[in-house]
Amino acid sequence: MAEVVLVQGAAPARTPRVAGRWPRFILRRGARLVVSLWVLVTAAFLMIHLVPGDPVRAALGLTASPETVAATRAALGLDEPLLTQYWDHIRGLFTGDLGVSITTRLPVAATLGARLAATATLAVAAFAVAVVVAIPIGAAVAVATRRGRRRHLEAAFAGTSVVIAAIPDFLIGVLLVAVFSVALHWLPVAGMAGVSSLILPVAALAAGPAAVLARITRVEMLSVLEADFVRTARAKRLSAVRINLGHALPNAVTATLTLAGLLLGSMVAGTVLVENVFAWPGLGSQIVGAIAAKDYPLVQGVVLVYGLGVLLINTLVDCVLAVLDPRSTIAEA
Amino acid sequence: MRQAFRTPLGRAAATLLGLVALGVLFAPLIWGAAAEAVDTDDILAKPSSAHLLGTDSLGRDLFARTLVATRLTVALALGATGVAVALGLVLGTAPVLLGRHVRRLAAAFVNIAVAFPGLLLALFFATIFGVGAKGAVFAIGLAGAPTMARLILTLVAGVEARDFVVAARIAGLGRVRVLLRHVLPNIAEPLIVQTTIGAGNVLLSFAGLSFLGLGVQPPGYDWGRLMNEGLNRIYINPLAALAPGIAVVVAGLAFNLTGETLAAALRVSTGLGAFPAHDPDSVAPSSSSATLDDATGPDAVLRVRDLTVAFGAAQPVKGVSFEVAAGEAVGIVGESGAGKSLTGLAIAQLVEPPGQVGGEVVFLGGELSLGAHRKLLGTSMALVFQDPMSAFNPARRMGEQLAELGRAHLTLGRRAAFARAVDRLEAVRIPDAARRAKQHPHQFSGGMRQRAMIGLGLMGTPALMIADEPTTALDVTVQRQVLDLIDEVRRDHGAALVLISHDVSVVAERCSRLLVMYAGRVVEELPAGRLGRAAHPYTRLLLAAVPNLETDLDRPLAVIPGRQPAPTETIVGCAFARWCPRAGERCRQERPELSAVGAAVGGRVACWRPGQDPLEPASVGADGADEAAAA
Ligand code: SF4
Repeated sequence: MAEVVLVQGAAPARTPRVAGRWPRFILRRGARLVVSLWVLVTAAFLMIHLVPGDPVRAALGLTASPETVAATRAALGLDEPLLTQYWDHIRGLFTGDLGVSITTRLPVAATLGARLAATATLAVAAFAVAVVVAIPIGAAVAVATRRGRRRHLEAAFAGTSVVIAAIPDFLIGVLLVAVFSVALHWLPVAGMAGVSSLILPVAALAAGPAAVLARITRVEMLSVLEADFVRTARAKRLSAVRINLGHALPNAVTATLTLAGLLLGSMVAGTVLVENVFAWPGLGSQIVGAIAAKDYPLVQGVVLVYGLGVLLINTLVDCVLAVLDPRSTIAEA
Repeated sequence: MRQAFRTPLGRAAATLLGLVALGVLFAPLIWGAAAEAVDTDDILAKPSSAHLLGTDSLGRDLFARTLVATRLTVALALGATGVAVALGLVLGTAPVLLGRHVRRLAAAFVNIAVAFPGLLLALFFATIFGVGAKGAVFAIGLAGAPTMARLILTLVAGVEARDFVVAARIAGLGRVRVLLRHVLPNIAEPLIVQTTIGAGNVLLSFAGLSFLGLGVQPPGYDWGRLMNEGLNRIYINPLAALAPGIAVVVAGLAFNLTGETLAAALRVSTGLGAFPAHDPDSVAPSSSSATLDDATGPDAVLRVRDLTVAFGAAQPVKGVSFEVAAGEAVGIVGESGAGKSLTGLAIAQLVEPPGQVGGEVVFLGGELSLGAHRKLLGTSMALVFQDPMSAFNPARRMGEQLAELGRAHLTLGRRAAFARAVDRLEAVRIPDAARRAKQHPHQFSGGMRQRAMIGLGLMGTPALMIADEPTTALDVTVQRQVLDLIDEVRRDHGAALVLISHDVSVVAERCSRLLVMYAGRVVEELPAGRLGRAAHPYTRLLLAAVPNLETDLDRPLAVIPGRQPAPTETIVGCAFARWCPRAGERCRQERPELSAVGAAVGGRVACWRPGQDPLEPASVGADGADEAAAA
């Protein structure tokens, strides 16, 4: 019996040589990116063909004349053979041609270009705020509550972070509007006009991830604070600031940054909802209108941009982590 | 399981889930009519006693509508969860049915799909299926499927490798049967947990989609739809948008917490925290303010008096006193749990709260527990720990870690400190120190790291080195080198040494004086040259357990009987009395103090019946072991 199990479980254990790891990692990660991009591009292409019934008729409504429908179909290239369309679709991507919106007749690429910056600002600002707020709070709470000290602080922190993390970002947005715009009149309720209009959307988008990141920072920091090398640092009689910031924190943030990288992708997606709460003129408010109006080329464009953004971010995060912590990341890849 | 729902988490989960269930079952029956009652005279009303949350654009009561919407919201969420789990199962179990190549394909596909955020997938599918409740169920279900599939793939892979599945395969059981009989039942529990948690997340996503206007369409309404309608009027009536939002959070939490509770219930056996139970409040404040004793010899580097370490009720160090003269090497021996490592840490002022240190530690003439000795400790007390592998910060260069001490306490600049670090690494015979100083700890071998640790102690001018099991974690071949290096440091710098070890032979070889610890106290102190004159029964048993050392090699190697009493135990009389072959009535009543009476010349012993007579062979040998086993 035991022998049989051995044979079954005998997976060849490959341990790549240290020198060979980097090219291997880059190759694998690059291949994954390319395949993912291909899946994204193909899925976006197929979307309009997967719509049950006649997408053009659906988009233009029952009142549109058959001539208009035929003309639009021709304009979208939908009467060409599928492979030709696929080829045009891919070629268009390389030339920056994402087609023409059914509703506005404007080029999709131009429409999105104007809105991309607004969405990117929101996502990047929210990411930065989440990380900058979460790491110090998580680390400070860890130092203050380690080894069972200050149980009340620990409980308050755990409770608050769980509740904040449980509230979806758009709801936090509504709550913030109700408090800071409606009740207090401190900040504008919607639109994009200067830094003050950025505060609430960014806060709404950053709150949940910040809560999650603060929790993981605390957990990591607590375990690092028990590490032998922290005892060595204390044996060197360094100041508490040096021990906590110089020795413990750098070893605790890897996990936090890993998670932050993973959350960044979902924060990009989260802009869709938050933008709709605050009427933020980005891609998110665009896609919702486009879906409701069945403006398929426009939806396709937004999906491509969001998808591309997420894929590039994920790849970038993996590479950064590989540089920060070569042993774990590369071995995994 | 029932126990799990008694915890605070479980109670919260049960309460919230109960509320949601009540809403689903009864709200439409009770408030269904009120939710649909149009009142054109009272449209867009603010909250009042008649309409707790106000009314909508047709004058319908929002409180009633919010409660009634529970049923549709939960039903849609469960529907979408069902779609996600069903698809996930298909993708996740396909490898069992179709073989290994399919597994790779499925895993690759799933890995690519999970890289895209769920909301993005949901929007993509919502475009295909069209706007509306039914389309949204499928859109969100499909969007959740990759995550589910990945989970199931992982679970299935875990089960498939287990013996009984392999055995079933070999017995010729068909793939479908293996799946139904062996795989699915074994992933059921974690799957149920994840599905429950997943349902909470699906509910939130669904609310998001409806909030965007892409989910439930009028005249239908779920919480997301109500929020969508409420947002437009947030200036007039914020509650119209907030109340359904709160409902969403409550219901989402109900599922999430229930999932967490189930998870906790199914994993109860993993045990709890690593720290002993403690109650910091019950411990008296430490550090007596006793004045410095005149008896301190002029050349005593270290004087420890009545040192205690407590963690709440547990007191692993119960009052240790000794002195170390300049340049002297003192060994502390004992089995694990005797309190020797904590004694070392307490002397070095490295015991952290909730640990409480009591007694007096005088180092170079100053009492340490009074504080303000950071610089002195940093430059004059060198420490070497057991595990050199983890003693250095993995993220920083070796040289920097030594240099840091120079910069902190010797007011050296960055360059000068680094130069000294290189010099010190050379002093501890790290080959090619200048290059090595720029490397990270993982590029050093264990022996080299331990030498670097000694080098760290040499950054200042150590008067005392405390080495706690410095060679236990090292290869036998390196052990001697490290011990030789410690000896050399002692010779060259005139530093005193406290060597803590479980290994009597190592300590006897390197030290001039031995302290034997048992159950948090020093039970005997004696010159290394007089081990044969040890008078404490425990010391004699400890020595008898070591081969090659003044023992009669013809006799079988002794086994030290019994366990040490736990640090939480209150001990009356001698701690060793339970196991001691010489124990008498007095031993159980009164605790013996260290004294020269009956001890070897130059030593002290804490025993009522000290002596060198051979211990009853019967109780030392086989019987002693039996006794231990029986206990
Ligand atoms: S005091 Fe009594 S019990 Fe304790 S070691 Fe001595 S003889 Fe044994």
